[in-house]
Amino acid sequence: MTLVDTRTPNPDYFIAGATGDWEMVVGLEVHAQVTSQSKLFSGSSTRFGEPPNNNVSFVDAAMPGMLPVINEECVRQAVRTGLGLKAKINKRSLFDRKNYFYPDLPQGYQISQFKDPIVGEGEVHLDMGDKVGEVTIGIERLHLEQDAGKSIHDQHPNMSFVDLNRSGVALMEIVSKPDIRSAAEARAYITKLRTILRYLGTCDGNMEQGSLRADINVSVRKPGGEFGTRCEIKNVNSVRFAGQAIEYEARRQIDILEDGGKVIQQTRLFDPKTGETRSMRSKEEAHDYRYFPDPDLLPLEFDDAFIAELAKDLPELPDEKQARLVAEYGITKYDASVLVASRVSADFYESVARGRDGKLSANWVINDLFGRLAKEGLDVRSSPVDADQLGGIIDLILNGEISGKIAKELFEIVWSEGGDPAQIVEKRGMKQVSDTGAIEKIVDEIIAANPEQVGKVKDKPSMVGWFVGQVMKASQGKANPQAVNKILKEKLGL
Amino acid sequence: MTDLTRLSLAATRQGLKNKDFTSVEVTDAYLGAIEEANSELNAFISVEAEQARKMASASDARLARGEGGSLEGVPLGIKDLFATIGTHTQAGSHILDGFLPEYESTVTANLWADGAVMLGKLNMDEFAMGSSNETSYFGPVVNPWRGRDSSTNLVPGGSSGGSASAVSAWLCAGATATDTGGSIRQPAAFTGTVGIKPTYGRCSRWGIVAFASSLDQAGPITRTVEDSAIMLTSMAGFDKKDSTSVDMAVPDFAAAVARGVKGLNIGIPREYRLEGMPEEIETLWQQGIEWMREEGAIITDISLPHTKYALPAYYIVAPAEASSNLARYDGVKYGLRVPGETIDEMYELTRAAGFGDEVKRRVMIGTYVLSAGYYDAYYVRAQKVRTLIKQDFEKVFADGVDAILTPATPSAAFRIGDREMAADPVKMYLNDIFTVTVNMAGLPGIAVPAGKDSAGLPLALQLIGKPFDEETLFAAGRIIEKAAGDEFSPEKWW
Repeated sequence: MTLVDTRTPNPDYFIAGATGDWEMVVGLEVHAQVTSQSKLFSGSSTRFGEPPNNNVSFVDAAMPGMLPVINEECVRQAVRTGLGLKAKINKRSLFDRKNYFYPDLPQGYQISQFKDPIVGEGEVHLDMGDKVGEVTIGIERLHLEQDAGKSIHDQHPNMSFVDLNRSGVALMEIVSKPDIRSAAEARAYITKLRTILRYLGTCDGNMEQGSLRADINVSVRKPGGEFGTRCEIKNVNSVRFAGQAIEYEARRQIDILEDGGKVIQQTRLFDPKTGETRSMRSKEEAHDYRYFPDPDLLPLEFDDAFIAELAKDLPELPDEKQARLVAEYGITKYDASVLVASRVSADFYESVARGRDGKLSANWVINDLFGRLAKEGLDVRSSPVDADQLGGIIDLILNGEISGKIAKELFEIVWSEGGDPAQIVEKRGMKQVSDTGAIEKIVDEIIAANPEQVGKVKDKPSMVGWFVGQVMKASQGKANPQAVNKILKEKLGL
Repeated sequence: MTDLTRLSLAATRQGLKNKDFTSVEVTDAYLGAIEEANSELNAFISVEAEQARKMASASDARLARGEGGSLEGVPLGIKDLFATIGTHTQAGSHILDGFLPEYESTVTANLWADGAVMLGKLNMDEFAMGSSNETSYFGPVVNPWRGRDSSTNLVPGGSSGGSASAVSAWLCAGATATDTGGSIRQPAAFTGTVGIKPTYGRCSRWGIVAFASSLDQAGPITRTVEDSAIMLTSMAGFDKKDSTSVDMAVPDFAAAVARGVKGLNIGIPREYRLEGMPEEIETLWQQGIEWMREEGAIITDISLPHTKYALPAYYIVAPAEASSNLARYDGVKYGLRVPGETIDEMYELTRAAGFGDEVKRRVMIGTYVLSAGYYDAYYVRAQKVRTLIKQDFEKVFADGVDAILTPATPSAAFRIGDREMAADPVKMYLNDIFTVTVNMAGLPGIAVPAGKDSAGLPLALQLIGKPFDEETLFAAGRIIEKAAGDEFSPEKWW
C-alpha cells in the first residue's frame, strides 16, 4: 500500500513538544465478527457464551482430512459491508493461508485473504464538530478471515487449556488508510464504523464480547512532514481504550524522538490498568507467515447480479438518514446526528415525528426520553414509553390541551404507570383550561387580592410574569399560559 | 473349490450375485491369505477381521434377498490415508499414534454404500511421501514380485505400496489408493496391477489425510482394467464437503472398457523419451504403440515442451502445500504428544519424534520455498510452470489427440534399501518423472501392465486422458491389457 497524505495539518490537533509541534498519524485495522449463524468454513454455531468447545466441528478442530467450505452468508455480509462503506467490491477474491503455530489455531494456519481481498477501497465520513468539520477517512480494504480459538492459562499450574468455540468464526478485517490525525478522530471512526456495521446488521459491534476489536497503527511526525515509523497496538477492545492508547503511544514516540532516539517498528499491547502500551515483539521477531493461496478453496467469484441483489436490500445508512431527517423534519444537524447513532433510535424518532412537529418531537425524544433512558441505563428497545405514547403526549401539547409543564408530569405518569396519555389527561383532569371565562374569573380574583402588585406592574411590565405564576398556581397549572398572558395584559392595561 | 482370492473383482462380484459363494467365504479366504502373507509383505497395517465378517454377513443377507449394491460383498483393502470410523487411520505415520477418526471419508463411505467389505488398512509411505513405501512408520512393504531366480526383496513402489502389494498378492479384491505425483500408477506399474488416478475433482478428498491438496486424488488399484472401472464408478462423485470436487455425473466406467480404440488419436510425446532410459522401456513403449495401431488407433507424434520442468516444479508445489497441511500435527489435539517445558518445545519434540526423515525433508523444503524473499522465486514460478504444463496438454487435446501413451516408470521395481536411492533423494524422486505432469495438470492417468523386464519384473505403460475422460483410458487400457496377456501374477514365495 502506497501511503498518501490526504489531510491538511490542523493546528488544533498538534501536540506540543520540547522541539515544537508534532502531529500523529493513525490507521486502524478493525476486526469485526460477521453476524452469521455458522462459522466461515464450517457448520458450527457462532453463539456466544456457550460452554468451552461446544461449538466445534471436525473442521474447526482441524481433524485430518477435513476441508473448509465457504459459508455464503458470510460472503453476503462482507459484500453488504463493502457496499455500506461505498467500497469497490471485488468479484473475484482469493483465500490464502497464513501459517503460524499456536495451540488455539488448530490448523496451524489461519485462512485469510492476503493479496486479493473481497472488498477494496471505500470511505467513512466523520463529523468532527464545527471547528474541524467533516473528515473523510479512506478504507484501504476489507477481507474475510477466520478467528482463532482462545487459550486459557489460569486453569492449571503448568498447562494451558484451549477453547475452540471461536475457532473459525468469520471476521471482517477492515483496514483504514493512515488518514486519522487525532485520538478523537480514531474514537469517532470506530464509533461510526460500528454504527454502519450495526445498521447493516453485518456485525453486532459488541466490543466487550470481542465482536469488534482494533489494531491501531500510530506514528508521529512534524506537522505535514514525512510519515514516521509506526508501532502497532494490538487488540484494543473499547473506544475509550483506543483513545487512551493512541494518546499514550504518540507521546511515547515524541519523547523518544525528542531525546534523539529512533522509533523502532514493533507490535505493542495496551494495558488498560496503567494506560500505557508495552512492547510485544519487534519487527525482527515478526512471524514469517508464508502466505499462499489455500489449495482447498476455489477462488471466490460472484457476478454483478449477486451484488445488485444485496445492494437492493441495503438499509438507509447513517449519513443518508441524517441528511434526510434534517431535510424532512427541519431539525438541526446535531440533533439528527444524535438520532441516527442507532437505527432503533432513528426509527423511534421517526415514528414519533411523522405527522407532528419535527423539532418538538426531537426535543422530546432526545432530551426527555433518551435523557431519562440514559439515567436509568435503559435501551430504546426497552423504553417504558413507546413511540405512540410519546406521540400522544406531543399531540396534547400541540392541540393546546396541556401545557409543557403538565406534559412533563404526564410523561412521568406514562413512564411509571403506562397508559394512553389522552385518557390519563381526561381522567385526572389535567386538561389545560383555555376557557376565557374561567381564566378571567381567576385573573380578577388575583388582581383584586393584590392591589400592591397591580400598582407596581404599571411601572415594571415584566412583573406580569409574577401574575402569570399566581394564575397558573391557582389553576393548578391547567390554565393555558397564552390565554392567561393575553387576559392579564388586557386587565392590567399593559 | 477354486481359490476365491484369485478371482478378479468383477468375477467375485458375479459369483456373489450368482450365489456361487458367499461374501463371508470370500472374506475369510482373503483374511486367511492376509494372515499367511502379511508377516512377509507387510502390506496391511491393521486387519479388521471382526468388522469385515460383520460387513460380509450383512452383504450376504442383502444378496440373499436379491438386493445389494455394485460392490456388494466384495472385500477391499483401504489405504491408511483414508479416514475410516473407529479404525486405524495414521497415514503411515507415528505422529497420529492412537488416532481413531469419528468420521468416514467420502470415498470409503461411497464404497460401503455400494456394499463393499473392508478387510483392513493398508501400509503406505508416511503421509504419502515416497516412491518405495520405505518411509512408512510401520516398516517397508515388500513387493510380491521377485526377479527371476532371486530372493531379494523389492519395493512395491509408493506411496500406495501396501495397496499395490496387497492386490498383486491376492490379499484383497481391490484397494483404494491415492496419487499426488504418481502414488497410484508407479506402485501399480511395479506390481503388475492396474491403477488409475482420475481427473482432479472426480473423487472427493474429504476425509483423506491431506498431503498436497491441489494434487491429491483418490483412485483404485486392481488386478484388471475392468475392476478399476467398477471400483472408480463407486468411489467417484460430487461432494459438497470438498470445494474442489466437481459436480459432474459419474458414468458407468465399466461400460467403456470394451469400447476399443478404433479411430482414436493417440499422442506420443517426444519429451518422454529420456536420455539414458533403459532399452526395455523404449521397447515396451514401441510395443504399446504397435498394439494401439493394430487396434485401429491413429498414432500422432506430439510435443509437451514443458515436461522437463514438471518434476522440479512438483517438488516445490507439493512440499509447500504439505508443509502447511502437516502443521496441524502439533501434539495439541490428537495423536502423539511429547511433553516439553514450553509449548514451543512440545511442538519441536513432538514433530521431531512423530515425523520421519522424508516428511521432515519435505516440510523443510516447503517452508523454505514459501518463506519471505523466496516465495516469488520458487512457489510463484512453480505455479507458472504448472500453468504452462497444463497448457501443453490443452493444446494437444485441442489439436485432436484423444489420449497420450507414455511409459509409466523409468524402470522396474528396485530393491529395498537401494543405496543409491537412499543416498540421493532426487534419484528417488525421478521415479515420478512420467507421472507428475499428470497431477500438475489435474488430468486422469492410468497405468496398465504391458510387459516385463529382463529379470521378469512387470513394466507398465501409462495413458493420459482429457479432463473427465477416464472412459477413453479404460478403453485404451483394456487394449494394452488384452495384448500383454494374462501373465501378471507373481510367483508365490511367501
